[in-house]
Amino acid sequence: MYAQMVKSEATNDDPEKLAAFQARIDAGEKIEPKDWMPEGYRKTLIRQIGQHAHSEIVGQLPEGNWITRAPTLERKAILLAKVQDEAGHGLYLYCAAETLGVSRDDLTEQLLSGRMKYSSIFNYPTLNWADIGAVGWLVDGAAIMNQVPLQRTSFGPYSRAMIRICKEESFHQRQGYDLIRVMAQGSDEQRAMAQDALNRFWYPSLMMFGPSDKDSVHSTQSMAWKIKINTNDELRQKFVDQTVPQAHYLGLTIPDEGLVWNEAKGGWDFSEPDWSEFYEVLKGNGPCNTDRMEARQKAWADGQWFRDGLMAHANKAAARRKAAKVAAE
Amino acid sequence: MSNEWPLWEVFIRGQHGLNHRHVGSLHAPDAELAMRHARDVYTRRNEGVSIWVVPSSEITASAPSDKGPLFEPSNAKVYRHPTFYDIPDEVGHM
Amino acid sequence: MAPAMSDIMTPDAAELAKDAPGEGRAPLAEGTAEHDLFIGLARLGDNTLILGHRVSEWCGHSPVLEEDIALANMALDLIGQTQLWLGLAGEVEGAGRDADALAFRRDAWDFRNILLVERPNGDFGQTLMRQFLFDAWHAPMLTALEGSSDDRIADIARKAGKEVAYHIERSADLVIRLGDGTEESRARMQTALDTLWPYVGEMFIGDVTDARLASAGIMPAPESLRSAWDASVDQVLAEATLTRPESTFAHKGGRQGRHTEHMGHLLAPMQWLQRAYPGARW
Repeated sequence: MYAQMVKSEATNDDPEKLAAFQARIDAGEKIEPKDWMPEGYRKTLIRQIGQHAHSEIVGQLPEGNWITRAPTLERKAILLAKVQDEAGHGLYLYCAAETLGVSRDDLTEQLLSGRMKYSSIFNYPTLNWADIGAVGWLVDGAAIMNQVPLQRTSFGPYSRAMIRICKEESFHQRQGYDLIRVMAQGSDEQRAMAQDALNRFWYPSLMMFGPSDKDSVHSTQSMAWKIKINTNDELRQKFVDQTVPQAHYLGLTIPDEGLVWNEAKGGWDFSEPDWSEFYEVLKGNGPCNTDRMEARQKAWADGQWFRDGLMAHANKAAARRKAAKVAAE
Repeated sequence: MSNEWPLWEVFIRGQHGLNHRHVGSLHAPDAELAMRHARDVYTRRNEGVSIWVVPSSEITASAPSDKGPLFEPSNAKVYRHPTFYDIPDEVGHM
Repeated sequence: MAPAMSDIMTPDAAELAKDAPGEGRAPLAEGTAEHDLFIGLARLGDNTLILGHRVSEWCGHSPVLEEDIALANMALDLIGQTQLWLGLAGEVEGAGRDADALAFRRDAWDFRNILLVERPNGDFGQTLMRQFLFDAWHAPMLTALEGSSDDRIADIARKAGKEVAYHIERSADLVIRLGDGTEESRARMQTALDTLWPYVGEMFIGDVTDARLASAGIMPAPESLRSAWDASVDQVLAEATLTRPESTFAHKGGRQGRHTEHMGHLLAPMQWLQRAYPGARW
């Protein structure tokens, strides 16, 4: 997912307080920033929301890669509006994280120094125009699987950010499907691009949910805290079940010979992605890790003078207003 | 010294004349830019007709421990809510 | 031996070109009212197309998230305006070319934008300065166009005018703030201004097409916008503590289809899919 393999932090708090806190969560109450919370809950959330926010921002890059090459004015506008939304989603999420006592600049520094992660999926390249459709259809489709239940997460600001994001996100998946549908129903070359995009994005999309976590202690703790709602396997299965008929409608082939309908479970059996590849990508060895980080580092470094310049002006203007007021008195 | 732009809270009144509602936050060097950023960030889908921005540091919030004393009394005053009163069906909608 | 020009331009080839559907021909004779109108509209639409394209290059790379979002809004406004101007241009031309055909299937020499908007983005200061110098022209231009004798133009100008009123408010304010910010931001804004200054003159130099459009009350004469532009730019530069360059030299040619080397590089990625897969639906 946009937040993958988030480790939950151990908590050394007073057992009575912990029990009361857990009772609030179990009763479906929302935890708000000023409420008492276990240190582990706070730290885990900062890590999770931060990683989610970073994913939105880094996620601008693979799609942004095609803004200047969009083939019609309308497609260009749609894509630009979509990538702009990702910036907005990152912004909402950073703000949610900030209520936990960390600043956006801190989080940014941690991303740029490699101490914080972002989703593995954005380390894959967008190589043909149909990829833009595949990203909307598959990547946003997978993200939505996770984000919809997260609207019910226990932490108030995170939940509210997710509600706003989900409202905007459904446009993303639909525009992606619309784009790849036009390609799949277009010329032979366009159809080939659509199939190629599906071939390359299928397994990385399955990896987005992270490896199986049914036995993970982190996952158990996060689920008890309601900052994770479903297991990775549940979400992955749901995603496959939703996506297979959509691919069939397009006349595209899912690149998995092991894909068979399982009547007993009422879902598709499918092949696991290559998890060694996943771990390599997390380690920094994905096709685009270096490029993505360089792009973010450059944007941040090149923008320093701009951010400082505006801050300096605001301070000057405030000082001038103050001086004028004193002079008038 | 950190030169990070301060945080602002954004309140927007929608099309239908309801109260301003908190929609989120953003960073800006001063009030004027906070207003412009709010317009650019939070009204992309035609959400509002009026914007307020307030420095987050200027917000005084009720402490969570006051939750009982502050809100429970009003919770008990059920007579403030219209559904407290039975209106006979024959009277119709009120 | 290289063939003489007349060999290439045989009457047959010319005939064939005429029969090709829609593209590759100029059905409007130069000097006719329709041709003037087409050129006038292309000048408007190509400006917004090329500037919108340049601004969109920042998406995901801006100095701060709030600014990334703001720039995308502006690029979206410009792309939307392009659809209207070039859509109308295609209609006026009557050769079956829509806004997309004009944007993605003309070559550089058929574009009529000013050279200023095709300048590469440079640093963020240069992007903002380019925007300001353009907006300071664009806003009064649209105000004048609201009074056009052609209702279709007046309608588009009214819609675009509202968007551009916000653009100029934004870009002027940022120029002031960064000019009067830190030493570095001031230096960068002054450099941006000095670099772009030779490209502002073109906005105010009219040709015979402009003169005919102006006398028909369709579009204002470019020269007529200069004093308003000077006044607003001078005021902003003064507040920004920036120095207006003294040179009056003006690079020109874009409005007649003679562009800088940058134009081809901008068009190559922009038009690539349409060129590589002609006839495809997207």
